[in-house]
Formats: sequence, structure tokens, C-alpha cells
Amino acid sequence: MLFKSMFKGGVNVPHFKRTKDCETVKMKLPEKVVIPMLQHIGAPCEPYVQKGDEVKVGQVIGNTDKFVSAPVHSSVSGVVTGVSPRLYAGGVYITSVEIKTDGKQELDKSIKPPKFTSREEFIGAIRKSGLVGLGGAGFPAHIKLSPPQGKKIDTLIINAAECEPFITSDYREIIENSWNVLNGIDIVMESLKINNVLIGIEDNKPMAIKEMEHVASKSDKVNVVKLKSRYPQGAEKMLIYATTGRKVPPGKLPSDVGVIVMNVNSISFISEYIKTGMPLIKKRVTVDGTALNNPSSLEVLIGTSLSEVFECSGGFKEPPEKVLMGGPMMGIAQFSLETSVLKQTNALLAFGKKEAMLPKSGACIRCGRCVEACPMNLLPLHLNSNALKENVEELEKYHVNDCIECGSCSYTCPAKIHLVQSIRLGKSQVKKASVKGGK
Amino acid sequence: MENKLIVSSSPHIRGKASTQRIMLDVIIALLPAAIFGIYFFGLKAALVILVTVISCVASEYLTRVILKREPTISDLSAVVTGVLLALNLPPTIPLWMAAVGGVVAIVIVKQLFGGLGQNFMNPALVARVFLLNAFAKQMTTFITPGPDAISSATPLFQMKEFVKGNEANLSGYWDLFVGNISGCIGETSVIALLIGGIYLLFRRVITLDIPVAFIGSVALITWIFGGQTSFTGDWIYHVLSGGLMIGAFFMATDYATSPVTFKGRIIMGIGCGVLTAVIRLYTSSPEGVSYAILLMNICVPLIDRYTVPKSFGGEKAIA
Repeated sequence: MLFKSMFKGGVNVPHFKRTKDCETVKMKLPEKVVIPMLQHIGAPCEPYVQKGDEVKVGQVIGNTDKFVSAPVHSSVSGVVTGVSPRLYAGGVYITSVEIKTDGKQELDKSIKPPKFTSREEFIGAIRKSGLVGLGGAGFPAHIKLSPPQGKKIDTLIINAAECEPFITSDYREIIENSWNVLNGIDIVMESLKINNVLIGIEDNKPMAIKEMEHVASKSDKVNVVKLKSRYPQGAEKMLIYATTGRKVPPGKLPSDVGVIVMNVNSISFISEYIKTGMPLIKKRVTVDGTALNNPSSLEVLIGTSLSEVFECSGGFKEPPEKVLMGGPMMGIAQFSLETSVLKQTNALLAFGKKEAMLPKSGACIRCGRCVEACPMNLLPLHLNSNALKENVEELEKYHVNDCIECGSCSYTCPAKIHLVQSIRLGKSQVKKASVKGGK
Repeated sequence: MENKLIVSSSPHIRGKASTQRIMLDVIIALLPAAIFGIYFFGLKAALVILVTVISCVASEYLTRVILKREPTISDLSAVVTGVLLALNLPPTIPLWMAAVGGVVAIVIVKQLFGGLGQNFMNPALVARVFLLNAFAKQMTTFITPGPDAISSATPLFQMKEFVKGNEANLSGYWDLFVGNISGCIGETSVIALLIGGIYLLFRRVITLDIPVAFIGSVALITWIFGGQTSFTGDWIYHVLSGGLMIGAFFMATDYATSPVTFKGRIIMGIGCGVLTAVIRLYTSSPEGVSYAILLMNICVPLIDRYTVPKSFGGEKAIA
């Protein structure tokens, strides 16, 4: 076991890992699924099916030629009942394919274990699988695995820090499928010729560390790094620093310091996919929150509506006032329970009135707690005031675009100022100004 | 039900810290000094504290009403200003003057500049300096502690005479440490102020950077230049007397008027220390903590501007 560096700043958040001992339960087949054509960072897919088409499990229903993208597959067998823009996780409308299930769950003919002999073929197979970063960001995996020419990658980092409160999706993967994780690591190591693998896990998950160390002992190239439990330990730049001591410069990528970071669920999926050829059509989702009767860990087909997931988990004990996709620090508040579970959804949280209430913000007292908490070394208080004044020049001077939006500043602010919200606003002001300025 | 969901920007949970709790901590931390002040200087000291607190809170309330702003007295910051001001006044000050100080601190220094967090100088200190100039006699009349209180010069005044070679009555270190000397209500007892300072450090309300840099640089300079010859200055005497302790732990660390980064705070602390020592040693005034802090307060925006840290990963900051 290794213990390297500790990033500066961050906050101690409560853990609330209430679902850590919940065995993953396979959710029953929903009557219909609504599958959005955008479930990743990048270009949306074109729908490949029309109303009335019959589809099978694993069939490609959306794809595109664009490089930064990932194909979308049907998670059920049934009949397409509509292709139209539908309300999406972030509150926008995205073209989605609605499929009425037939209950048979017949597999598509195309599903067979992929064959590959070269690195290029491996990357091609990963793209076909539709895999995106399962930690929440949804960055297409085949791009992550193909670093630019000339960038030597020496280390693969597996992100199992899971520093967000409530979420146990990564934790359950290690407890239930640790051998899959190792197998996936082996596949990536071999294909990309990497000889050093570090698995980062926060020290509040001793069972996961023990399990992973046991499995990793079979390989002398794989090591578990015990990380201090401090939010945002799982943020990519912080994790790279904590495990390797390397700092990714602002505006640069992990490949610039010779590492690739993958979520533990993503790596485990690769193993499963190489074995079976089944693309990404389901996802383990932590279902929790104070408004729920029964927190649980569910295996959900992509495209299932949030309301059905909550119902399957045991329903609400009080009317939900706020529903989050993702954790409470970085998750996205949902407009409706009719939006669909996406590839990168790792948690669905529902909160009652008490937790949903927005704190009233007061005047900034310049206490400097946000400065202390910022893992990126920024001055959130100045970003806040300059964003509210729309002072683009100052925003750039204070490095607004380096903010990773982890929420540590807002969390720690005694005046309850909505710092992250202002910083997001500031980022868009800078973007707008640079478009206008023709830079 | 569908349209009732609350949608807001992340993060969706917040920590427990609040402005009110921080202010309450500062008040708690000032209690030992207030109690020692009342013990040494009698009930008159208690009355001064009461009057300034009432004056500050009432001023804050009325200004907010007149300016048609939300009431803010519940954040307790006006109480903090009131207590701090009282602790910086001589126990013999006429009560109406103390009340005037409270009005100056809150109305002119704090609210007219935008209220909490917006003032660019420490309200209590500006009020003190205002009173010092307006009512010089009453503000510089100090008494010895105890029932038969008689007029007496402060330890720093004695030190000034001593270095000049005149006859002087220097206090012992122990009396300075406990506060058995003449001076302002809350600035005399080093032990009481240290207890409060340690409480603030423990509660993470303040950090050590400013106090250490401040006191350290005063000690260094008074040691080198504070004696009749070089390197013979009585730095312990300088550290223990005057308003240094209350200034270093409670005034210079005031959030609104101190820098937000570690580097900035070190610069602030050293600046305060150097100015304090220079005023004490080379001007006609025996004490310089108030002026030193106020001068550094004015520099804070500048310090903040030139101490913008590099982002994680080491890009060079453009200053």
C-alpha cells in the first residue's frame, strides 16, 4: 500500500454511505425506456431508428461520424414508439428514442465478443461498446484511451475514491466484482503497454481497500493507494496528484503528465465487454436521499425514467422537493422525474423539504475560508464579486476557467454565498466575451 | 407534483459554519479580556463596554432602517465592534464619548461603505483614533488598577522616558503579563488576550499567520533598535505592553480588513509590526498599534492584488 501526496484545500463532507452494504439488485424491466442521443461529452448521435422499428437488446440506435462521441444502444427489445426531443437531465431537450418493451429481452445478432489484435482495433472496439466515463463526467472512453501522438503514458490510475457523499456505486463494484476490475486493468495495460497501475481508494472504505489489495496482490504492476478521505479527492487532478505526485497544469490533460485516469466501473465494464460483447446498456445506480423509504443499490437499464427507479427502490416517504442526478456536491438538480437514467448516472438522490431549501446568502465577510478550501488554489470570493459585476478582465486574471466546480467553496462559506453558481456565470461571461472579441 | 421540484446549482449541501457563529466566537474570545478589565478597573469599565455595545447595535439598526436595507444586527458583528471599541478605551472616558465612538465606527466606517465585509478600515480602530484626536485629554488619561486609582502614565510612555535617559518607573514583566498596569480596558492583560486568541485559533476563526508575523517583527525591531545601544532593546517589555496583543489577535485579523491569502497575511503582519515598532521608537507617540493596523488596512486591496496565487498545476499568476 502506498500513500503519496495530499492536495491542499478541500473540505470534510459528511459521508452518508448508507447503501454501502446494499447488494446490487437488478431492477425489473420497465414498460418503456426513453434513450437520449446525447449521453456523453461531445457531439450528439443521429438516431438510427424510426417509429415502428423493432429493436433488440444491444442494437445500435444512434451513432455519428464525429470523433468525440459514443454510440447509443438499445437497452431493451421492443418497438420504437417515437423519436423526438425529450426533457433531458440538465433541463434542455435532446432527441431521444422511446421504446416500448416486449418483455422478451432478445439479444441483437451483432453481440459477440470483440476480436482485436492491435491497439487501434482495441480502441475501435471500445468505441463500439458505447463506453463513456462512468464516474459522472461521461467523457468517451475511446478518446481517453488514445492519447495524442508523442505523449508517453506510463501510469493508469483507477479512480475509486468516491469522495461524494451518499454514492456507493464504485464501492459496490469493488465489493461485488473485484476480479472484473483486475481483468479490465490487465486488458488496458496490455493494449496500451502500460506497466504501472494505481488504484486510488479513500480510507473511509477499508473493506474496498482490503478487497482490492487482495486482488491486486496477484499482479506486481498493480498497487492500491490509500487516500485520505477529503473532498474532492476523486477529482481527476487531485487524484493524479495524490497517487503520483504529478500536477496537471491548467488547461492541460492527464496525458500531458503521462497518466490515464479511468473510473473503476468503466474498467470493470471493459472486462465484461471483452468477455461478452454486450455494449453499455445498464448501470449501477445508488438510490438514496432523505425523502426515500429505502435506500438501495439498483442495476438499472439505461433509459429508465427516474420515477420508476425511485418506485422500484421502495418509493418516497415524503414528497421529493429536490431530485439529484449524481452526488450532493456536484450532482445536477432535475426538473422532472420523467427524465431518463443515463450512462454516466451513478446516483439518484431525492430530498425532502428540509434539505431542499436553499440557504439564504448574506454578505461576504472575507473570512478566506473559500480560499483555504479551493483545491485549485483560486480566490472564489473575488471570482464571485467579479462575476456579479460582469468584469471579464478580472475574472480571467483570477483564473476563472481553472475552477473545477467541486463546490468546496460554497460548502464552506459561512455566509452561504452561491459561489459555484457565480463562477459558472463568470465562465460563460468569459466565453461570450472571447467569442465577441473574435479571439 | 412534477413542476414543484427545486432546481438549483450544485453543491446541494452546505457546511455548518455561519457568520453569526463566527461573530459569537469572537465575542466569547473577548470575554476574558473584558472580565480582567472589569476586575482591574471596576464597574466603570463594565459601563463603558455596555454603552459602546448599545451604541453600535443601535447605530447599525437605525442606519439599516434609514438606508432601507435588510436588518443585520442578528449577525452580531455590531456587538463585536462594540466590545472591541470599549476594550480600546480608557476606563475613565466619559460615557457619552464612548457612545459617540460607537456611532462613528458603525455609521461612518462600516455602513456608509456598504456594511459587513465592505469597510476598508477596522471600525473600532478608526473610532478610537477619532476619539483620540477629538478628545485627546480624556483619551490619554490612564489610571492604575485597584480601588485607589490614581492617574498614571502607561508602561510604553515610561519606556520612552527610560530610553531617553529620563527618570522612569518601568513595570515588571509579571504585572504586564497579568494586566496589573494602567492602560485601556481590554488591552492590558496579556494572559486574558492570549486565552481569547487561543480560543479563536482552536475554533479556526483566525490563523496564526498575522499574529506571529506582527508580534515577531515588533520583537525583532524593538530588540535591535529599542535600547540605548543596538541589540539591547527590551523586546519582552515591548511585546507585553500597549495594544500589541489585542491588535495582533483581534484587530489585525479582522476579516474585512486583512488579506485573504497566507502570503498576503504574512505581508500584513510584518507591515503592522514594522510600523508599530517605528512609531513606538521614533515618533513622539508612545504607542503605534492602532495607526499601524489602520495604515496596513489601507494597503490590503493592494496586497490582495499582488498575491493572487498560482492555480493548482503552476501557471504563473498575472499580477
